Amino acid sequence: MDLKLATIDLGLIAPEIIIAAVAMLILLLGNVVRRRTILAYFGLFGLVAALLTALPRWGNPASGFYGMVQADNFAIFFKIIFIIAAGLTILMARRYLISHEIESPEFYALLLFSAVGMMVMAATSDLVVIFLGLEIMSVPLYVMAAFARHDVSSNEAGIKYFIMGAFASGILIYGIALVYGATGTTDLRRILADWGFFEMHSQLFLYSGAILVLIGFGFKVAAVPFHMWVPDVYQGAPTPVTAFFSVAPKAAGFAALLRIFTYGFADMSQLWAILWILAVLTMTVGNILAIFQDNIKRMLAYSSIAHAGYILVALTAGGDGAVSSAAYYLLAYTFFNLGAFAVITLIDTRNSSTAQIDEMQGLSGRHPFLAAVLALFMFALAGFPPTAGFMGKFYIFSEAIKNGYIGLAIIGVMNSFVSVYYYLRVVVVSFFARPNKEFEAVSYTPAIFIVLVITAAGTLILGILPGYWLSLARAGIFQFL
Amino acid sequence: MTATEFAIISSIKVVVVVLAVLTGCAYATWLERKLVGHFQHRIGPNLAGPFGLLQPIADAIKLIFKEDIVPDNAERVTYALAPILMFIPAMLNFAVVPFGDTVTLFGHKIDMVVSDLNIGILFVFAVTSLGVYGIVLAGWSSGSKYSLLGGIRSSAQMISYEVAYGLSIMGVLVIAQTFSLNELVAQQASVWHWFIFRQPVGFVIYVICAIAETNRSPFDLPEAESELVAGYHTEYSSMRFAMFYIGEYANMISVSCVATTLFLGGWQGPFLPPVVWFVIKVIFFMSVYIWIRATLPRLRYDQLMYLGWKVLFPLALLNVMVTSLIVLL
Amino acid sequence: MELIIFYLAAVVAVGGGLMMIMQRNPVASVLYLIVTLVAIAVMFVQLNAVFVGALLIIVYAGAILVLFLFVIMLLNLRGEKFAEKRTRLDRPTRIILAVAFILELLAMFKQVAFPGRMDELMVQASPDFGGARPVAELLYTKYLFPFELTSILLLVAIVGAVVMARRDEKDKKRGI
Repeated sequence: MDLKLATIDLGLIAPEIIIAAVAMLILLLGNVVRRRTILAYFGLFGLVAALLTALPRWGNPASGFYGMVQADNFAIFFKIIFIIAAGLTILMARRYLISHEIESPEFYALLLFSAVGMMVMAATSDLVVIFLGLEIMSVPLYVMAAFARHDVSSNEAGIKYFIMGAFASGILIYGIALVYGATGTTDLRRILADWGFFEMHSQLFLYSGAILVLIGFGFKVAAVPFHMWVPDVYQGAPTPVTAFFSVAPKAAGFAALLRIFTYGFADMSQLWAILWILAVLTMTVGNILAIFQDNIKRMLAYSSIAHAGYILVALTAGGDGAVSSAAYYLLAYTFFNLGAFAVITLIDTRNSSTAQIDEMQGLSGRHPFLAAVLALFMFALAGFPPTAGFMGKFYIFSEAIKNGYIGLAIIGVMNSFVSVYYYLRVVVVSFFARPNKEFEAVSYTPAIFIVLVITAAGTLILGILPGYWLSLARAGIFQFL
Repeated sequence: MTATEFAIISSIKVVVVVLAVLTGCAYATWLERKLVGHFQHRIGPNLAGPFGLLQPIADAIKLIFKEDIVPDNAERVTYALAPILMFIPAMLNFAVVPFGDTVTLFGHKIDMVVSDLNIGILFVFAVTSLGVYGIVLAGWSSGSKYSLLGGIRSSAQMISYEVAYGLSIMGVLVIAQTFSLNELVAQQASVWHWFIFRQPVGFVIYVICAIAETNRSPFDLPEAESELVAGYHTEYSSMRFAMFYIGEYANMISVSCVATTLFLGGWQGPFLPPVVWFVIKVIFFMSVYIWIRATLPRLRYDQLMYLGWKVLFPLALLNVMVTSLIVLL
Repeated sequence: MELIIFYLAAVVAVGGGLMMIMQRNPVASVLYLIVTLVAIAVMFVQLNAVFVGALLIIVYAGAILVLFLFVIMLLNLRGEKFAEKRTRLDRPTRIILAVAFILELLAMFKQVAFPGRMDELMVQASPDFGGARPVAELLYTKYLFPFELTSILLLVAIVGAVVMARRDEKDKKRGI
């Protein structure tokens, strides 16, 4: 029998394989190993191993599996973001899950599977694989949002996220189908190569497809007007899950968006106009609605929408510099947003917690360290120097100006000013508000302490010494294969 | 062969096959009652005609003259549709089964198969998989709890067993490298090449799953009379009931035909004409069916699911893997 | 003859799709979806892609839609439960969206699908291109990576469903 055997380049997807294998092992061992701690740390071990296999490929990009896998620096940069986000989430989640009686081995397995999906999304230039990665990322997230099964709001979050996510996937796959109809291929490299030809013959096909793809990802990264699900889902889901939500899927969605719209569809005319509107709406609506929130998880939900808007500015600007500034910003955002959520998770570990902003009263008196890092993260979110938030915004807006989008940059800066109000409100409440009652003490675990230290250090290092990291982002990223 | 000739010959074939299958169904009921009677030390039907041979005809006449009842809270359209949906897929299966070798009749070469599709076996599986709708919809539309329970049970059962059912023949397909039933028969020219000897595990799994797919004892939970009166067709009467009845027997005959074709060498055999061999093998298989029914007690629902998912499915998968490995080496 | 069958199948497919979304009764919707799938399978067979057509029926019509029916039956959904709550904005929005969509489709008809690649695709397409062997070859070479990803996706979905449906200590305490 003549068999055509596939060429298999396992080395290129080693990080994904390791994480998926560890996730499956956790599922298997979940019934045998009684001590859940071992499973959680096994998951961490898998992430570290994946990181170690991903790093050596930096600088020598390669393509494999018939062009379905692109192990370029862009992919590795994002893989690092996902691994950091997943690892920190595991560290901060354990105590919370135990105190809410919802811990089970499947949580860690699902988290890891979700990370695999993200990594696949970032490391390909084929629309089919991007879609599959997106689904592998999303399905565990739906379940994790509803992981507190006895809590009504968690269930609501799960259902809402599931329905909106399924809807978004439908739009996305329809868009991909139209693009395929227009071009006869799902490979972004081939689309880019013959763009002019396709545009001449089937412009409408192609543009409808591209816009539907944009809408589909718009849901995933929570761009306005596709953001309606965000506040309820962020508020209802278990807090560590929200932390993961606010960072990793957003980074994955932007990885795919950057790959598609600054690379594959880079020559699409008038694309910037659509992105421009999207960016302005997302920043403005997110920031203004965040002002009115009293629940801190909800406030951070709107803040995450606003941050998606800042990154959309980079997407609008386009070009190498803008892409690396977006990647840099996503890395920085991973640190300070996860950090902020780590603080909230710690406070939320007490079952009495309501996650209202007013609950922070008296935090500085009881837990000065916690209040200090919270303030640091809030400053970073608002974009104060010398934090990473400032440098990130600075790079994005300067890239926008460099590419001639001065109006967009001005709107962005004004938005940052608006956001200062609600971020500082948290700081003011936790430091200066006179408490009605004593702040109920929380107990640190070593794990969450490590998370706080890492995220705070990351926020500061990326802010104070941005040059090295930015040069990494810049040097590496622009070798799309 | 001109187009007109083709049309005429095909039409004749269709009519002959349909009539043969309907007669076969009728006499399958007779066979079942006779055999079960003897298994239980009774005589079985013996009044209508010699050996009770006219009994099926008497039954048919009785059913035709019964009142056609539609329950008040039935969904009328679906209720009427369900027996048809059960009956048609059952009959469609016979379109691709080769009953015998090519014969020359009045100067025409005639294949003893209605349509020799090159994906014959896939066609069989596609059509079989549609058969479940008749049962499910009958159960749902009757507006009766017994019917609904029967329908739910059967849909769960048929889906569960369809997986192993499909996998059980994969071994044969991997060896034969074809989907065409005619070619499968051709590859079993001598007895030692019958796939029952080359694929014993696949054969056993096939038989078990086939019984489950046709909702026969010991897997007849959808119509377990001790719990569900008559299951999904509790509310049906007269000719609509008869259609379910015929459909069920047609399904039995069709899986017997497929089993014969896949595992028992099809119409191949010495001395006797091919069609006769084919009929003998099918009757043998039907007898096994009835024998099992008379011997084994009904499974419990959880046992049924356990057997399907945790025994047959992994076994079938293993069988496919081992077979493929051997073929590959 | 072939053209007649094609148009027949096309009309049935589109009609079935329309009827599917216009039914109040979920069971009828499922039935119309089956009709649509069978019609599409007919088109695949006409394109010589018999294998794909058969798979469409076996997998979708034969398994997935049965599960749909199964769920509908378990929940015992009947049409009347779907009485809609409409707001005043609903109807105009729907009409605008529908008109926009139809216009988009009409405009697309005038354009070429697969520009410049039609010939290439036709050459690639051997008479057997929808048969088992070519499909398998593509699946295990060019599309190997997506194919394996799909299996991970299914695994994840199963795990998720089990996690959601599993009974735990709390449920047992409440006696569920």
